[in-house]
This record gives sequence, C-alpha cells and structure tokens, in this order.
Amino acid sequence: MSDQITPILMPKWGLSMRVGTLAAWLVEAGTEITPGDEIMDVETDKIANVVEAADGGLLRRCVGQAGEVYPVQALLGVIAPSSVSDAEIDAYVDAFEMPEIEEEEDTGPTHEFAELDIGKIRYTERSGEGVPVLLIHGFGGDLDNWLFNIDAIAERAPVYALDLPGHGQSVKAVTNPNLETMVNSVIQLMDHLKLTKMHLVGHSMGGLVAAQTAIANPSRVASVSLICSAGLGDAINSEYIDGFVAAANRKELKPKLKHLFADESLVNRSMVDDLLKYKRLDGVQTFLEALKNNLFSNGKQAVNLIAGLDALDCPQQVIWGEADAIIPQAHANSITGATVTVVANAGHMVQMEESSRVNELLKDML
Amino acid sequence: MARTLSMKDAINEALDQEMSRDPTVIMMGEDIVGGAGADGEDDAWGGVLGVSKGLFAKYPNQMIDTPLSESAYVGAAVGAATCGLRPVAELMFIDFLGVCFDQIFNQAAKFRYMFGGKAETPVVIRAMCGGGFRAAAQHSQMLTPIVTHVPGLKVVCPSNAYDTKGLLTQAIRDNDPVIFLEHKNLYASECDVPEEPYAIPFGEANVVREGGDVTIVTYGLMVQYSLEAADMLKKEGIEVEVVDLRTLSPIDMDTVIESVEETGRLVCVDEASPRCSIATDVSACVARDAFKSLKAPIEMVTPPHSPVPFSPALEDLYIPSPDQIAAAVRKTMEA
Repeated sequence: MSDQITPILMPKWGLSMRVGTLAAWLVEAGTEITPGDEIMDVETDKIANVVEAADGGLLRRCVGQAGEVYPVQALLGVIAPSSVSDAEIDAYVDAFEMPEIEEEEDTGPTHEFAELDIGKIRYTERSGEGVPVLLIHGFGGDLDNWLFNIDAIAERAPVYALDLPGHGQSVKAVTNPNLETMVNSVIQLMDHLKLTKMHLVGHSMGGLVAAQTAIANPSRVASVSLICSAGLGDAINSEYIDGFVAAANRKELKPKLKHLFADESLVNRSMVDDLLKYKRLDGVQTFLEALKNNLFSNGKQAVNLIAGLDALDCPQQVIWGEADAIIPQAHANSITGATVTVVANAGHMVQMEESSRVNELLKDML
Repeated sequence: MARTLSMKDAINEALDQEMSRDPTVIMMGEDIVGGAGADGEDDAWGGVLGVSKGLFAKYPNQMIDTPLSESAYVGAAVGAATCGLRPVAELMFIDFLGVCFDQIFNQAAKFRYMFGGKAETPVVIRAMCGGGFRAAAQHSQMLTPIVTHVPGLKVVCPSNAYDTKGLLTQAIRDNDPVIFLEHKNLYASECDVPEEPYAIPFGEANVVREGGDVTIVTYGLMVQYSLEAADMLKKEGIEVEVVDLRTLSPIDMDTVIESVEETGRLVCVDEASPRCSIATDVSACVARDAFKSLKAPIEMVTPPHSPVPFSPALEDLYIPSPDQIAAAVRKTMEA
C-alpha cells in the first residue's frame, strides 16, 4: 500500500540550506489538501516562507512538530487515502530514513560556471522537457532571488537562472556596465548552453534585460514575463537605488532593503550580511555606480522599451507587486496586448513574497 | 559562496591575491620561504605553521626569508613602508614583540605625526597570538592591549576565516601600520569564504548573534566560546547578543553602546590578562556612556593575572571557558 503514501518533506531553498524550522502547520491532520494549498510555514536563517502542497490528498499525519528544526528532505507529514490503515502509516513513518544534516554539498542542484567572451558567468540548471526558461534577476541581485520559484517552474520545463555580469559570483571586471553588456551575457550564455530559444523571465532590471534581449533577438525568445520591470516608464525610487549603491555598512543598507518588501520583517540580518558581502567584493562598488549612472541616474530610468515590446510578436505578460515601492505599479499597463496581473500583499520582490501566485503565472506562460 | 576555507588558508589567499594585485606588497619573516629541516624544496615550510606555503614559488621576488632577527627585519619593513613598499612582516608569535617594540611603537606609529602628516607607513605586522596551544608562557600570550594602547597603530584580531581574509586585505591596502593578530587555535576553523578579493573596513564590529537579554562583547577565539555559552543559555531562556569587535583600534563603541542600550546587561570576555585590557576599556566606556541603561553591574571574564601556565591542566583552567562565560551572564541576570 505504500505506493499510495506520499511524503511531505522539508524543502531545500538554495544551496546553502541545510536545515529549516517548521514554524507552524497551516492545516490539520484529516484535511483534504490540493496541490498549491498553503500547508506550513518554514523558516531558515535566511528567510521565512509558506510551503505549498506539491501533491494533493488526505493529510493523514503531521510528523513534524511546530517549532522544531529538521534537516532538508526530512519527513514532516504523510498524505494517503483513507483506505491506507493507521498501522501502514506507522510503518511508513518508522521505515522512513531521516536524512543527516548535510555537511557539504550533496548530489542536489549545483552552481555551474560558463567561461564566456564577456567573462565568467555563474548559472544554475534544472533539467526537464520542452522550451527552457531563463530567470534574470534585478539590480544588485543574484540567482538566489529565484529561490522559491526555480524548483516550482522546473515541474513544467527546464529552468536556468544566471548571475548577470557584475552580480553574484559572475565576473566583476566589466568593461561596459550597461544594458548591452547584460543582453550580451544572456545571448552568450544561451549560445554556450546550445539553447536556440527560451522563455525569458526578468525581475526589475532583469525585466529590462529580458525585454531588450527579446527585441534584439526575437527569434531566440518564446515568451517574455516581466516582473516589477524596469523599461516600462520613467519613474524609479532613487532613494532606494542611490541608497543601495552608497550604503557602506549594515546600518545604512538595512533601511534601504526594507523598500523591497511589503512585509519589512523579511529583511533579516542574514539578508543584509549577504548583500554587504557582495558589495564588498573587489570591483562591485565601481560596477554598481557605473551601471546605476547608465540606467537609473537622477531618479529616472534611462531606457524605455514600450515601443519595442508593442512591436514584438510573442506572448508577453507583466506581473507586479501591488505595494511595489521601487518602480510604480502604474507601469504594469504599459504594453499593448500583454497579460497583466497585480499581486496583492507583495512589494517589489513579489516573486519571493507571493511565490506561489507568481509561479502559477509563470507556468501558465509555458 | 559555497566554498569553505580555514582561517589559515584564508590568510594565505589574502596574501596571494594582494601580492598578485600589487607587486609592491612583499613579505618578510622567519622560515616563510625555506626553513631548517626542509628537504631541499625552497617552499617547504611556509612559516612556522605553513601559512605562506606555496607563495614563494609564485612571488620569488616578493618574499624575503629572514634570520632570527625581529628587531632588524621589522625595522626594515617599517623603513621600506615609508619608501613606497607595502611590507607584511611576520612575527611568529606576538610574544616576540618585546625585541622589536621600538621599531613599532616609537617609529612606525609615530611617523605620520612627527613628519607633519607627510609620511605614510603602510606596514602590516602579522603574528600569532593566544593560548591553548600547549606552547608555554612565552608563546601563548594575548598581548592585544599592549598594541591597542599605542596611538598610531591599528589593531585587528579576527574570529573567523571570512573576516580574516577581508580584514587582512584591508590591512595590506591601509596606509597606516597595522598589527594583525591571528589566534593560533582558530587556524583550523572553517567557514564560507568568497574566492574573489574583498576588503572589510576597520572599526566595524559584527553582531554575530542577536539577543535581547545580555550583551557579550569580545573578539578572537573568545567569540566562539561566547557563542557556545549563548547556546547553553538559550536552553535556559536567556537570549544573548554577541558582539565581535574584529578591530580593537579603531574600536566600534557605537555598536557596543547600541546593544547595551537594548539589553541593559554587559559581559566583557577577553583572553588578555585582566588589568588594563580590552575588557576594562569597553567596560569603562559603557559605564561612562550608557550607565543609565545598565540593569546590572558589568561582568568581566578574563584569565587570572598570571603568565600562561605550561601544565595542560592549568592552561585549560587559565583560559576563559564557555562555562565561565555562561556563569557571568547568569550573574548579570540575577542582579
């Protein structure tokens, strides 16, 4: 009967996650759950998020205790039809091999590096069938901005996420820190991976990159999804952009990061520390200042791609966080013919704050 | 940041990347290249514990192996710094400070002030510090207060590999004399360290653990012991905030005061001898600047006022332990 039993496991968000705290169950044993239902709150030292059910069925057993810490892939709950006896569920739980806390990287997804003309580019890959998806982060971000999205989208198609030049662990010595360089990195990575066509998903400045890539190379792009995207109007929160670039320590950086989320409590010490570590790498400060001056100087966006997107003949969608404090939500309705969704209870980092909703929208595009 | 590195390897990587970036960065020290007992390979030793292993092969013109002559080569390093090089002089143990102290505190520390601000002395003096290595009274001292006392010197004492690489990079790029103290019992400790070069600015303490009940202020190996104490105390319901000073000169008292204003309780943990130490300095500043925030007397956890004993049993008793730190925290909670 154990083939009718489906486990609920501790998720793995990003390469560094070893353990998570099961903060709370959002459903009780005996509840019929459907895929996508919010079933528990999980916290790591990096971030807290809601976990949705990957599978549906009758929740028979909550194995994980709220408030306890569990390793990644630990058994937290059991889904099975009522025809499975309690004794069989007991046996399944007893027989489940609880994973050890990983000391080093396991056999799971890893980061790859591609040596491109533009320099070294870091990316990560999830295999699958169909036209692949490329996730492009925003200004000052990296591929971990897609922590809650990449595995969900990979259920439908192969997924790639990259660190743009000057960002994350990609090359920092960038000759021309401008939009063209960012677009070149995307095309060079596609060529390197021998991918002729991709669905592009861009967040914020990454949306600008996705849009320009599509406009300049329409034959390489199957669809464009723009999330809280740059390039769709003039206004941008210069207090955030200038403040992020100027911030030299934790005290200066933390209040700026709060602009990114509707729920400011998501900005924790670990998030601030990670960004500070990035900003302190040799070359990053110079790069960010130059990129900001090229794209977002004096509180204005330098590049507007509305006309180019209007002329583009591929499916387009725009997703925005209702409480976006970086780029006005009014920009969402700029493109003729694009599907537009404004997501409530989310700020600029809507793909993190309301990941389930955004994942559905992105999967619908495939 | 998926790569872990030991503190020892982090020092090597910072030296490697800085010597590669800037040919005026040179190293001087005893056995940093060859060394007695080596099997003919130039690079056999790489210093007393192998910190500079591999570097001579890469930078043969930037590594100077010296005789046992601290007063000579530290003086030479200071002089070379005033003439345009960026020397990193390795003093095996900070305990050997005595024989070259004039070159450091009367010369290097004073040049900027005695030559009308026109002289710069970008020299780094690296040395191992601290006890617990069964190395007896002349190789185990925590002489941080002595160098911190001297105006004109910057003093660094990191607690982990990430900070070590960034602070040593900053020390080499800094235009003032820097005393860089590496706790020998942290050499093997590992954490995530980016492969790329980066610098951490001086004078920025790191809150390594947040908590609302008691503030522990410390540095070096005692950061790890304080975190162990905090783990024990959490089980008793006491939330401890641990502030790692990272640099002792300049010192980030703002972060200390802010934390004490939140918790109202302070425990200073210092592996240095108890008189005129970092612990007494921080305590005095907090008593002066945040007295009204204090809910309990300040506690200090230090070794006794005696040389480090050679007997392993006595040395273990000498060095502050997580248990002693936890007891001091409980005492502030009871007051």
